[in-house]
Amino acid sequence: MRYSALALLRGALTGQRHWTPAWRDPEPKPAYDTLIVGGGGHGLATAYYLAKEHGITNVAVLEKSHIGSGNVGRNTTIIRSNYLLPANTHFYEKSLQLWEGLEQDINFNAMVSQRGVLNLYHSDAQRDAYARRGNAMRLAGVDAELLDAAAVRAMVPGLDMDNARFPVKGGLLQRRGGTVRHDAVAWGYARAADQRGVDILQNCEVTGIDIAQGRVVGVQTARGPIRARRIGLAAAGNSSRVAALAGLRLPIESHVLQAFVSEGVKPVLDTVVTFGAGHFYVSQSDKGGLVFGGDIDGFNSYAQRGSLPVVHDVMESAVALFPAFSRLRVLRQWGGVMDMSMDGSPIIGTTPIAGLFLNCGWCYGGFKATPASGWCFAHTIATGAPHPLNAAFTLDRFRTGAVIDEKGAGATPNLH
Amino acid sequence: MRLPCPCCGVRGNEEFTYLGPAGLVRPAPDATEDAWHAFMHERENLAGNHRELWWHGQGCRAWIVVTRDVRTHRIEHAELARDPEAAR
Ligand SMILES: Cc1cc2nc3c(=O)[nH]c(=O)nc-3n(C[C@H](O)[C@H](O)[C@H](O)COP(=O)(O)OP(=O)(O)OC[C@H]3O[C@@H](n4cnc5c(N)ncnc54)[C@H](O)[C@@H]3O)c2cc1C
Ligand SMILES: [Zn+2]
Repeated sequence: MRYSALALLRGALTGQRHWTPAWRDPEPKPAYDTLIVGGGGHGLATAYYLAKEHGITNVAVLEKSHIGSGNVGRNTTIIRSNYLLPANTHFYEKSLQLWEGLEQDINFNAMVSQRGVLNLYHSDAQRDAYARRGNAMRLAGVDAELLDAAAVRAMVPGLDMDNARFPVKGGLLQRRGGTVRHDAVAWGYARAADQRGVDILQNCEVTGIDIAQGRVVGVQTARGPIRARRIGLAAAGNSSRVAALAGLRLPIESHVLQAFVSEGVKPVLDTVVTFGAGHFYVSQSDKGGLVFGGDIDGFNSYAQRGSLPVVHDVMESAVALFPAFSRLRVLRQWGGVMDMSMDGSPIIGTTPIAGLFLNCGWCYGGFKATPASGWCFAHTIATGAPHPLNAAFTLDRFRTGAVIDEKGAGATPNLH
Repeated sequence: MRLPCPCCGVRGNEEFTYLGPAGLVRPAPDATEDAWHAFMHERENLAGNHRELWWHGQGCRAWIVVTRDVRTHRIEHAELARDPEAAR
Protein backbone atom coordinates (compact mmCIF):
# COMPACT_ATOMS: atom_id res chain seq x y z
CA MET A 1 0.00 0.00 0.00
CA ARG A 2 1.37 3.42 -0.98
CA TYR A 3 1.13 6.06 1.71
CA SER A 4 -0.20 9.44 0.58
CA ALA A 5 -2.44 12.29 1.68
CA LEU A 6 -5.10 10.88 -0.62
CA ALA A 7 -4.98 7.47 1.07
CA LEU A 8 -5.41 9.22 4.40
CA LEU A 9 -8.41 11.20 3.14
CA ARG A 10 -10.01 8.15 1.59
CA GLY A 11 -9.50 6.27 4.83
CA ALA A 12 -11.28 9.03 6.72
CA LEU A 13 -14.52 7.91 5.08
CA THR A 14 -14.13 4.34 6.32
CA GLY A 15 -12.81 5.05 9.82
CA GLN A 16 -9.17 4.44 8.75
CA ARG A 17 -9.83 0.69 8.83
CA HIS A 18 -8.07 -0.01 5.52
CA TRP A 19 -4.51 0.03 6.86
CA THR A 20 -2.59 -3.23 6.65
CA PRO A 21 0.59 -4.24 8.51
CA ALA A 22 3.64 -2.33 7.22
CA TRP A 23 5.59 -5.54 6.60
CA ARG A 24 4.95 -9.28 6.43
CA ASP A 25 5.77 -11.71 9.23
CA PRO A 26 7.04 -14.65 7.16
CA GLU A 27 8.28 -18.07 8.27
CA PRO A 28 12.06 -18.47 7.76
CA LYS A 29 13.01 -20.22 4.54
CA PRO A 30 15.71 -22.93 4.78
CA ALA A 31 18.12 -20.85 2.68
CA TYR A 32 18.67 -17.32 1.36
CA ASP A 33 21.29 -15.70 -0.86
CA THR A 34 22.18 -13.22 1.87
CA LEU A 35 21.49 -12.91 5.59
CA ILE A 36 21.75 -9.75 7.63
CA VAL A 37 22.18 -10.28 11.38
CA GLY A 38 20.60 -7.43 13.35
CA GLY A 39 17.38 -5.62 12.47
CA GLY A 40 18.41 -2.16 13.59
CA GLY A 41 18.64 0.83 11.29
CA HIS A 42 21.84 -0.38 9.69
CA GLY A 43 20.71 -3.95 9.05
CA LEU A 44 17.39 -2.86 7.57
CA ALA A 45 18.98 -0.15 5.41
CA THR A 46 21.50 -2.71 4.16
CA ALA A 47 18.72 -5.10 3.15
CA TYR A 48 16.84 -2.28 1.43
CA TYR A 49 19.84 -1.12 -0.62
CA LEU A 50 20.80 -4.71 -1.47
CA ALA A 51 17.39 -5.04 -3.08
CA LYS A 52 17.16 -1.57 -4.57
CA GLU A 53 20.71 -0.91 -5.78
CA HIS A 54 21.91 -4.43 -6.49
CA GLY A 55 18.75 -6.41 -7.29
CA ILE A 56 19.51 -8.93 -4.53
CA THR A 57 16.11 -9.69 -3.02
CA ASN A 58 16.46 -13.23 -1.67
CA VAL A 59 17.53 -11.72 1.64
CA ALA A 60 16.49 -12.14 5.27
CA VAL A 61 17.09 -9.79 8.17
CA LEU A 62 17.44 -11.75 11.43
CA GLU A 63 16.49 -9.76 14.51
CA LYS A 64 16.69 -11.30 17.99
CA SER A 65 13.96 -9.06 19.41
CA HIS A 66 11.55 -6.78 17.56
CA ILE A 67 12.33 -4.12 14.96
CA GLY A 68 13.27 -0.84 16.62
CA SER A 69 14.18 -2.34 20.01
CA GLY A 70 17.89 -1.57 19.70
CA ASN A 71 19.76 1.70 19.40
CA VAL A 72 17.83 2.78 16.33
CA GLY A 73 14.90 3.44 18.67
CA ARG A 74 16.99 4.72 21.59
CA ASN A 75 19.11 7.54 20.17
CA THR A 76 18.74 11.31 20.41
CA THR A 77 18.03 11.52 16.64
CA ILE A 78 20.75 13.97 15.59
CA ILE A 79 22.07 13.90 12.02
CA ARG A 80 25.04 15.90 10.69
CA SER A 81 28.19 15.58 8.58
CA ASN A 82 30.52 17.98 10.40
CA TYR A 83 33.64 15.83 10.60
CA LEU A 84 37.29 16.80 10.16
CA LEU A 85 38.98 13.69 8.75
CA PRO A 86 38.46 13.07 5.01
CA ALA A 87 37.17 9.49 5.32
CA ASN A 88 34.53 10.62 7.80
CA THR A 89 33.58 13.84 5.99
CA HIS A 90 32.82 12.11 2.70
CA PHE A 91 31.05 9.14 4.27
CA TYR A 92 28.79 11.20 6.54
CA GLU A 93 28.06 13.68 3.76
CA LYS A 94 26.83 10.79 1.61
CA SER A 95 24.59 9.89 4.51
CA LEU A 96 23.21 13.40 4.82
CA GLN A 97 22.47 13.46 1.10
CA LEU A 98 20.62 10.15 1.40
CA TRP A 99 18.61 11.56 4.35
CA GLU A 100 17.61 14.50 2.15
CA GLY A 101 15.92 12.18 -0.35
CA LEU A 102 14.96 9.35 1.98
CA GLU A 103 11.29 10.01 2.53
CA GLN A 104 10.46 10.17 -1.18
CA ASP A 105 12.65 7.12 -1.77
CA ILE A 106 10.99 4.87 0.80
CA ASN A 107 7.54 6.53 0.81
CA PHE A 108 7.61 7.01 4.57
CA ASN A 109 7.45 10.13 6.69
CA ALA A 110 10.61 10.00 8.80
CA MET A 111 10.24 13.63 9.87
CA VAL A 112 13.65 14.56 8.50
CA SER A 113 14.10 18.06 9.87
CA GLN A 114 17.13 20.08 8.74
CA ARG A 115 16.94 22.51 11.62
CA GLY A 116 20.71 22.94 11.85
CA VAL A 117 23.33 21.67 14.27
CA LEU A 118 25.21 24.35 16.21
CA ASN A 119 28.44 23.41 18.05
CA LEU A 120 29.22 26.13 20.57
CA TYR A 121 32.78 27.26 21.28
CA HIS A 122 33.92 28.87 24.50
CA SER A 123 37.56 29.89 24.00
CA ASP A 124 39.93 31.19 21.34
CA ALA A 125 41.61 27.82 20.98
CA GLN A 126 38.27 26.11 20.48
CA ARG A 127 37.26 28.71 17.89
CA ASP A 128 40.44 27.96 15.95
CA ALA A 129 39.77 24.23 16.08
CA TYR A 130 36.19 24.77 14.88
CA ALA A 131 37.32 27.11 12.10
CA ARG A 132 39.71 24.42 10.95
CA ARG A 133 36.99 21.78 10.99
CA GLY A 134 34.58 24.10 9.18
CA ASN A 135 37.18 24.82 6.51
CA ALA A 136 37.88 21.12 6.07
CA MET A 137 34.17 20.55 5.59
CA ARG A 138 33.86 23.35 3.02
CA LEU A 139 36.84 22.02 1.10
CA ALA A 140 34.95 18.74 0.87
CA GLY A 141 31.84 20.51 -0.39
CA VAL A 142 29.96 20.33 2.92
CA ASP A 143 28.16 23.39 4.32
CA ALA A 144 29.62 25.04 7.42
CA GLU A 145 29.40 28.53 8.90
CA LEU A 146 31.40 29.98 11.75
CA LEU A 147 29.17 32.23 13.88
CA ASP A 148 30.31 34.88 16.31
CA ALA A 149 28.69 35.45 19.70
CA ALA A 150 26.19 38.02 18.39
CA ALA A 151 24.95 35.63 15.70
CA VAL A 152 24.59 32.81 18.25
CA ARG A 153 22.71 35.10 20.63
CA ALA A 154 20.28 36.04 17.88
CA MET A 155 19.80 32.45 16.78
CA VAL A 156 19.37 30.73 20.17
CA PRO A 157 17.67 32.84 22.84
CA GLY A 158 17.98 31.41 26.33
CA LEU A 159 21.65 30.48 26.21
CA ASP A 160 23.71 31.66 29.17
CA MET A 161 26.03 33.57 26.83
CA ASP A 162 27.98 35.33 29.57
CA ASN A 163 28.47 32.37 31.86
CA ALA A 164 31.39 33.21 34.16
CA ARG A 165 33.23 29.94 33.64
CA PHE A 166 32.36 29.04 30.02
CA PRO A 167 31.08 32.12 28.15
CA VAL A 168 29.70 31.35 24.67
CA LYS A 169 32.06 32.93 22.12
CA GLY A 170 30.34 31.62 18.98
CA GLY A 171 29.61 28.39 17.17
CA LEU A 172 30.15 26.22 14.14
CA LEU A 173 26.82 25.81 12.36
CA GLN A 174 25.84 23.17 9.85
CA ARG A 175 22.45 24.27 8.58
CA ARG A 176 21.80 21.01 6.74
CA GLY A 177 22.16 19.01 9.95
CA GLY A 178 19.15 18.35 12.17
CA THR A 179 17.01 15.56 13.52
CA VAL A 180 15.05 12.58 12.19
CA ARG A 181 12.34 10.59 13.95
CA HIS A 182 14.31 7.47 14.83
CA ASP A 183 11.57 4.80 15.01
CA ALA A 184 10.24 5.95 11.66
CA VAL A 185 13.63 5.17 10.14
CA ALA A 186 13.44 1.58 11.37
CA TRP A 187 9.82 1.16 10.27
CA GLY A 188 10.33 2.94 6.96
CA TYR A 189 13.32 0.87 5.93
CA ALA A 190 11.65 -2.33 7.17
CA ARG A 191 8.56 -1.64 5.08
CA ALA A 192 10.54 -0.60 2.01
CA ALA A 193 12.81 -3.65 2.20
CA ASP A 194 9.82 -5.95 2.72
CA GLN A 195 8.09 -4.48 -0.34
CA ARG A 196 11.11 -5.46 -2.41
CA GLY A 197 10.91 -9.05 -1.18
CA VAL A 198 13.20 -9.05 1.87
CA ASP A 199 12.03 -11.33 4.72
CA ILE A 200 12.16 -9.66 8.12
CA LEU A 201 12.42 -12.34 10.78
CA GLN A 202 11.83 -11.07 14.30
CA ASN A 203 12.43 -13.06 17.51
CA CYS A 204 15.15 -14.81 15.54
CA GLU A 205 18.37 -14.57 17.55
CA VAL A 206 21.46 -15.87 15.81
CA THR A 207 23.16 -18.36 18.16
CA GLY A 208 25.79 -19.83 15.84
CA ILE A 209 27.60 -19.10 12.60
CA ASP A 210 28.44 -22.13 10.48
CA ILE A 211 31.79 -22.08 8.71
CA ALA A 212 33.14 -24.74 6.36
CA GLN A 213 36.58 -24.58 4.73
CA GLY A 214 37.05 -20.95 5.67
CA ARG A 215 33.76 -19.63 4.39
CA VAL A 216 30.34 -19.07 5.91
CA VAL A 217 27.59 -21.47 4.97
CA GLY A 218 24.77 -20.50 7.31
CA VAL A 219 23.61 -19.68 10.82
CA GLN A 220 21.87 -21.32 13.76
CA THR A 221 18.95 -19.29 15.06
CA ALA A 222 16.19 -19.38 17.64
CA ARG A 223 13.91 -20.29 14.71
CA GLY A 224 16.13 -23.05 13.30
CA PRO A 225 19.14 -23.27 11.00
CA ILE A 226 19.26 -21.07 7.88
CA ARG A 227 21.77 -21.50 5.04
CA ALA A 228 23.42 -18.65 3.14
CA ARG A 229 26.74 -18.02 1.38
CA ARG A 230 26.86 -14.34 2.31
CA ILE A 231 26.25 -13.02 5.80
CA GLY A 232 26.46 -9.42 6.98
CA LEU A 233 26.75 -8.69 10.71
CA ALA A 234 25.11 -5.45 11.90
CA ALA A 235 24.48 -6.11 15.58
CA ALA A 236 25.64 -2.71 16.95
CA GLY A 237 26.20 -3.01 20.75
CA ASN A 238 26.28 -6.80 20.56
CA SER A 239 28.81 -6.99 17.71
CA SER A 240 31.57 -8.62 19.77
CA ARG A 241 29.24 -11.40 20.86
CA VAL A 242 27.96 -12.09 17.38
CA ALA A 243 31.45 -11.93 15.80
CA ALA A 244 32.71 -14.33 18.49
CA LEU A 245 30.32 -16.92 17.03
CA ALA A 246 32.61 -16.85 13.98
CA GLY A 247 35.77 -16.86 16.10
CA LEU A 248 36.56 -13.17 15.56
CA ARG A 249 37.83 -10.89 18.31
CA LEU A 250 36.92 -7.26 17.59
CA PRO A 251 38.53 -3.92 18.52
CA ILE A 252 35.30 -3.04 20.34
CA GLU A 253 34.08 -2.47 23.89
CA SER A 254 30.38 -2.24 24.70
CA HIS A 255 29.39 0.83 26.70
CA VAL A 256 26.10 2.38 27.71
CA LEU A 257 24.84 5.80 26.62
CA GLN A 258 21.80 7.46 28.16
CA ALA A 259 19.14 9.73 26.70
CA PHE A 260 16.64 12.01 28.42
CA VAL A 261 13.32 13.63 27.50
CA SER A 262 11.69 16.46 29.43
CA GLU A 263 8.01 17.28 29.76
CA GLY A 264 6.56 18.97 26.70
CA VAL A 265 6.72 22.75 26.51
CA LYS A 266 5.97 25.38 23.88
CA PRO A 267 8.66 25.89 21.22
CA VAL A 268 11.87 27.12 22.90
CA LEU A 269 14.59 25.68 20.70
CA ASP A 270 14.41 25.33 16.91
CA THR A 271 17.86 23.89 16.28
CA VAL A 272 20.28 21.34 17.75
CA VAL A 273 22.76 22.84 20.20
CA THR A 274 25.88 21.17 21.55
CA PHE A 275 27.92 22.43 24.52
CA GLY A 276 31.62 22.83 23.78
CA ALA A 277 32.83 22.85 27.37
CA GLY A 278 31.20 19.62 28.43
CA HIS A 279 29.55 16.83 26.53
CA PHE A 280 25.91 17.81 26.10
CA TYR A 281 23.50 18.10 23.16
CA VAL A 282 19.86 19.12 23.04
CA SER A 283 16.99 19.59 20.61
CA GLN A 284 13.23 19.95 20.97
CA SER A 285 10.97 17.30 19.51
CA ASP A 286 7.81 18.18 17.62
CA LYS A 287 5.82 17.01 20.68
CA GLY A 288 7.57 19.71 22.71
CA GLY A 289 9.85 17.60 24.88
CA LEU A 290 13.51 18.49 25.08
CA VAL A 291 15.58 15.53 23.92
CA PHE A 292 19.09 15.54 25.32
CA GLY A 293 22.13 13.54 26.35
CA GLY A 294 25.79 13.68 27.22
CA ASP A 295 28.71 11.37 27.86
CA ILE A 296 28.72 7.60 27.89
CA ASP A 297 28.84 6.05 31.36
CA GLY A 298 32.47 5.14 30.74
CA PHE A 299 32.75 1.49 31.78
CA ASN A 300 31.92 -1.75 29.95
CA SER A 301 28.23 -2.49 30.10
CA TYR A 302 25.63 -4.70 28.47
CA ALA A 303 22.91 -3.35 30.79
CA GLN A 304 20.52 -1.11 28.88
CA ARG A 305 20.35 1.39 31.70
CA GLY A 306 22.61 4.15 32.95
CA SER A 307 24.18 5.16 36.25
CA LEU A 308 23.46 8.24 38.34
CA PRO A 309 26.72 10.22 38.11
CA VAL A 310 26.17 10.71 34.38
CA VAL A 311 22.54 11.75 34.97
CA HIS A 312 23.87 14.37 37.37
CA ASP A 313 26.53 15.54 34.94
CA VAL A 314 24.08 15.87 32.03
CA MET A 315 21.61 17.88 34.12
CA GLU A 316 24.40 20.18 35.29
CA SER A 317 25.46 20.83 31.70
CA ALA A 318 21.85 21.47 30.69
CA VAL A 319 21.24 24.15 33.28
CA ALA A 320 24.71 25.65 32.84
CA LEU A 321 23.90 26.25 29.19
CA PHE A 322 20.17 27.02 29.46
CA PRO A 323 19.43 28.24 33.00
CA ALA A 324 15.68 28.30 32.29
CA PHE A 325 15.69 24.53 31.77
CA SER A 326 16.18 24.08 35.52
CA ARG A 327 12.40 24.50 35.84
CA LEU A 328 11.63 21.51 33.62
CA ARG A 329 10.92 18.01 34.79
CA VAL A 330 12.53 15.02 33.13
CA LEU A 331 9.87 12.57 32.03
CA ARG A 332 11.84 9.70 30.61
CA GLN A 333 15.37 8.37 30.66
CA TRP A 334 16.88 5.22 29.16
CA GLY A 335 20.12 3.66 27.99
CA GLY A 336 21.42 1.82 24.95
CA VAL A 337 24.44 -0.45 24.54
CA MET A 338 26.91 0.85 22.01
CA ASP A 339 29.83 -0.61 20.15
CA MET A 340 32.71 1.75 21.05
CA SER A 341 35.62 1.17 18.70
CA MET A 342 39.31 1.71 19.42
CA ASP A 343 39.57 4.84 17.25
CA GLY A 344 36.01 6.15 17.53
CA SER A 345 35.26 5.35 13.88
CA PRO A 346 33.18 2.51 12.45
CA ILE A 347 34.09 -0.69 10.65
CA ILE A 348 32.29 -1.53 7.40
CA GLY A 349 33.98 -4.19 5.34
CA THR A 350 35.19 -7.70 4.78
CA THR A 351 36.52 -10.19 7.37
CA PRO A 352 39.15 -12.95 7.18
CA ILE A 353 36.24 -15.39 6.68
CA ALA A 354 34.98 -15.64 3.11
CA GLY A 355 31.38 -14.53 2.72
CA LEU A 356 31.28 -12.90 6.16
CA PHE A 357 30.99 -9.10 6.26
CA LEU A 358 31.15 -6.78 9.23
CA ASN A 359 29.38 -3.52 10.11
CA CYS A 360 30.06 -2.23 13.64
CA GLY A 361 31.93 0.25 15.83
CA TRP A 362 29.34 3.00 15.53
CA CYS A 363 29.97 4.43 18.97
CA TYR A 364 27.36 7.02 19.94
CA GLY A 365 27.06 8.49 16.44
CA GLY A 366 25.74 5.76 14.21
CA PHE A 367 22.18 6.95 13.76
CA LYS A 368 23.15 9.70 11.35
CA ALA A 369 25.15 7.10 9.44
CA THR A 370 22.21 4.76 8.90
CA PRO A 371 21.52 5.44 5.18
CA ALA A 372 25.17 5.55 4.08
CA SER A 373 26.08 2.61 6.28
CA GLY A 374 23.38 0.51 4.65
CA TRP A 375 24.27 1.81 1.20
CA CYS A 376 28.00 1.06 1.57
CA PHE A 377 27.49 -2.25 3.36
CA ALA A 378 25.11 -3.40 0.62
CA HIS A 379 27.73 -2.50 -1.98
CA THR A 380 30.41 -4.39 -0.04
CA ILE A 381 28.26 -7.50 0.34
CA ALA A 382 26.98 -7.45 -3.25
CA THR A 383 30.36 -6.93 -4.91
CA GLY A 384 32.62 -8.54 -2.31
CA ALA A 385 34.69 -5.36 -2.00
CA PRO A 386 34.18 -1.99 -0.31
CA HIS A 387 32.94 1.13 -2.08
CA PRO A 388 35.47 4.04 -2.10
CA LEU A 389 33.27 5.71 0.55
CA ASN A 390 33.88 2.92 3.07
CA ALA A 391 37.27 1.72 1.85
CA ALA A 392 39.07 3.31 4.84
CA PHE A 393 36.77 1.74 7.44
CA THR A 394 38.42 -1.67 7.43
CA LEU A 395 38.77 -4.09 10.34
CA ASP A 396 42.45 -4.39 9.44
CA ARG A 397 43.26 -0.70 9.97
CA PHE A 398 43.99 -1.25 13.64
CA ARG A 399 46.67 -3.80 12.82
CA THR A 400 48.30 -1.60 10.18
CA GLY A 401 47.97 1.67 12.10
CA ALA A 402 45.77 3.46 9.53
CA VAL A 403 43.27 4.41 12.24
CA ILE A 404 40.68 7.18 11.81
CA ASP A 405 40.83 8.91 15.17
CA GLU A 406 38.73 12.09 14.91
CA LYS A 407 39.36 12.99 18.54
CA GLY A 408 42.98 11.89 18.76
CA ALA A 409 42.23 9.92 21.91
CA GLY A 410 44.07 6.71 20.99
CA ALA A 411 42.96 3.14 21.71
CA THR A 412 40.66 4.14 24.58
CA PRO A 413 37.07 3.27 23.68
CA ASN A 414 35.57 5.02 26.71
CA LEU A 415 37.17 8.35 25.77
CA HIS A 416 35.99 8.68 22.17
CA MET B 1 26.60 1.43 40.79
CA ARG B 2 28.91 1.37 43.82
CA LEU B 3 32.29 -0.29 44.11
CA PRO B 4 33.68 -2.01 47.23
CA CYS B 5 37.16 -0.54 47.65
CA PRO B 6 39.32 -2.85 49.80
CA CYS B 7 40.66 0.24 51.64
CA CYS B 8 37.67 2.59 51.80
CA GLY B 9 34.62 0.36 51.74
CA VAL B 10 31.65 0.73 49.41
CA ARG B 11 31.83 4.01 47.45
CA GLY B 12 29.92 5.56 44.52
CA ASN B 13 31.47 4.94 41.11
CA GLU B 14 31.92 8.68 40.49
CA GLU B 15 34.92 8.52 42.85
CA PHE B 16 36.68 6.09 40.53
CA THR B 17 38.28 6.30 37.08
CA TYR B 18 37.88 3.35 34.76
CA LEU B 19 40.79 2.00 32.76
CA GLY B 20 39.51 -1.18 31.10
CA PRO B 21 40.05 -4.92 31.26
CA ALA B 22 42.60 -6.23 33.78
CA GLY B 23 45.20 -8.83 32.92
CA LEU B 24 46.33 -7.41 29.57
CA VAL B 25 50.06 -8.07 29.45
CA ARG B 26 52.20 -5.59 27.53
CA PRO B 27 54.23 -7.46 24.89
CA ALA B 28 58.01 -7.16 24.61
CA PRO B 29 59.10 -4.23 22.41
CA ASP B 30 60.22 -6.60 19.66
CA ALA B 31 57.08 -8.77 19.81
CA THR B 32 55.18 -9.42 16.59
CA GLU B 33 52.69 -7.01 15.09
CA ASP B 34 49.97 -9.54 15.92
CA ALA B 35 50.92 -9.54 19.59
CA TRP B 36 50.86 -5.74 19.77
CA HIS B 37 47.58 -5.59 17.88
CA ALA B 38 46.00 -8.08 20.27
CA PHE B 39 47.23 -6.12 23.30
CA MET B 40 46.25 -2.70 21.99
CA HIS B 41 42.95 -3.40 20.28
CA GLU B 42 41.41 -6.84 20.43
CA ARG B 43 38.98 -7.34 23.31
CA GLU B 44 36.88 -10.26 24.42
CA ASN B 45 34.09 -7.84 25.45
CA LEU B 46 31.97 -10.66 26.80
CA ALA B 47 28.57 -10.30 28.41
CA GLY B 48 29.27 -11.77 31.83
CA ASN B 49 31.88 -11.48 34.57
CA HIS B 50 34.50 -8.91 33.59
CA ARG B 51 37.80 -8.30 35.45
CA GLU B 52 38.59 -4.63 35.18
CA LEU B 53 40.87 -1.93 36.56
CA TRP B 54 39.55 1.07 38.48
CA TRP B 55 41.53 3.86 40.15
CA HIS B 56 40.13 5.25 43.38
CA GLY B 57 41.29 8.79 42.60
CA GLN B 58 38.92 10.51 45.01
CA GLY B 59 39.62 8.10 47.83
CA CYS B 60 42.70 6.07 48.75
CA ARG B 61 44.21 6.50 45.24
CA ALA B 62 44.82 2.78 44.91
CA TRP B 63 44.26 0.77 41.73
CA ILE B 64 41.76 -2.00 42.29
CA VAL B 65 40.72 -5.02 40.24
CA VAL B 66 36.97 -5.47 40.22
CA THR B 67 35.13 -8.51 38.93
CA ARG B 68 31.72 -7.30 37.78
CA ASP B 69 28.88 -8.84 35.79
CA VAL B 70 28.54 -6.26 33.01
CA ARG B 71 24.92 -7.30 32.36
CA THR B 72 23.72 -6.52 35.89
CA HIS B 73 26.57 -4.53 37.55
CA ARG B 74 26.67 -7.16 40.31
CA ILE B 75 30.13 -7.01 41.88
CA GLU B 76 31.60 -10.46 42.46
CA HIS B 77 34.95 -9.45 43.88
CA ALA B 78 37.34 -6.52 44.41
CA GLU B 79 41.00 -6.59 45.39
CA LEU B 80 44.02 -4.31 45.33
CA ALA B 81 45.79 -4.47 41.99
CA ARG B 82 49.17 -4.73 43.70
CA ASP B 83 48.25 -8.06 45.28
CA PRO B 84 50.03 -10.77 43.29
CA GLU B 85 46.80 -12.73 43.03
CA ALA B 86 45.17 -9.85 41.15
CA ALA B 87 47.96 -9.59 38.62
CA ARG B 88 46.95 -12.84 36.98
C1 LIG C 1 21.12 7.02 24.04
C2 LIG C 1 21.71 7.03 22.66
C3 LIG C 1 21.74 8.23 21.94
C4 LIG C 1 22.28 8.27 20.66
N1 LIG C 1 22.22 9.44 19.95
C5 LIG C 1 22.64 9.48 18.66
C6 LIG C 1 22.49 10.67 17.88
O1 LIG C 1 21.94 11.67 18.34
N2 LIG C 1 22.95 10.68 16.61
C7 LIG C 1 23.55 9.58 16.07
O2 LIG C 1 23.98 9.64 14.93
N3 LIG C 1 23.68 8.41 16.77
C8 LIG C 1 23.23 8.34 18.05
N4 LIG C 1 23.35 7.16 18.77
C9 LIG C 1 24.01 5.99 18.16
C10 LIG C 1 23.08 5.18 17.26
O3 LIG C 1 21.83 5.02 17.85
C11 LIG C 1 23.70 3.81 16.96
O4 LIG C 1 25.06 3.95 16.57
C12 LIG C 1 22.99 3.07 15.83
O5 LIG C 1 21.59 3.07 16.04
C13 LIG C 1 23.49 1.64 15.72
O6 LIG C 1 23.02 0.97 14.57
P1 LIG C 1 21.62 0.16 14.51
O7 LIG C 1 20.52 1.13 14.37
O8 LIG C 1 21.75 -0.84 13.45
O9 LIG C 1 21.63 -0.51 15.96
P2 LIG C 1 20.49 -1.35 16.72
O10 LIG C 1 19.16 -0.72 16.55
O11 LIG C 1 20.99 -1.55 18.11
O12 LIG C 1 20.49 -2.70 15.91
C14 LIG C 1 21.24 -3.86 16.22
C15 LIG C 1 20.27 -4.99 16.34
O13 LIG C 1 20.96 -6.23 16.40
C16 LIG C 1 20.17 -7.10 17.16
N5 LIG C 1 20.98 -8.25 17.59
C17 LIG C 1 21.98 -8.27 18.50
N6 LIG C 1 22.45 -9.51 18.65
C18 LIG C 1 21.75 -10.30 17.80
C19 LIG C 1 21.79 -11.69 17.48
N7 LIG C 1 22.65 -12.55 18.09
N8 LIG C 1 20.91 -12.16 16.55
C20 LIG C 1 20.04 -11.32 15.95
N9 LIG C 1 19.96 -10.01 16.21
C21 LIG C 1 20.81 -9.49 17.12
C22 LIG C 1 19.68 -6.24 18.31
O14 LIG C 1 18.53 -6.78 18.94
C23 LIG C 1 19.40 -4.92 17.59
O15 LIG C 1 18.06 -4.76 17.23
C24 LIG C 1 22.83 7.09 20.07
C25 LIG C 1 22.81 5.89 20.81
C26 LIG C 1 22.24 5.85 22.08
C27 LIG C 1 22.20 4.55 22.83
ZN1 LIG D 1 39.78 3.43 48.16
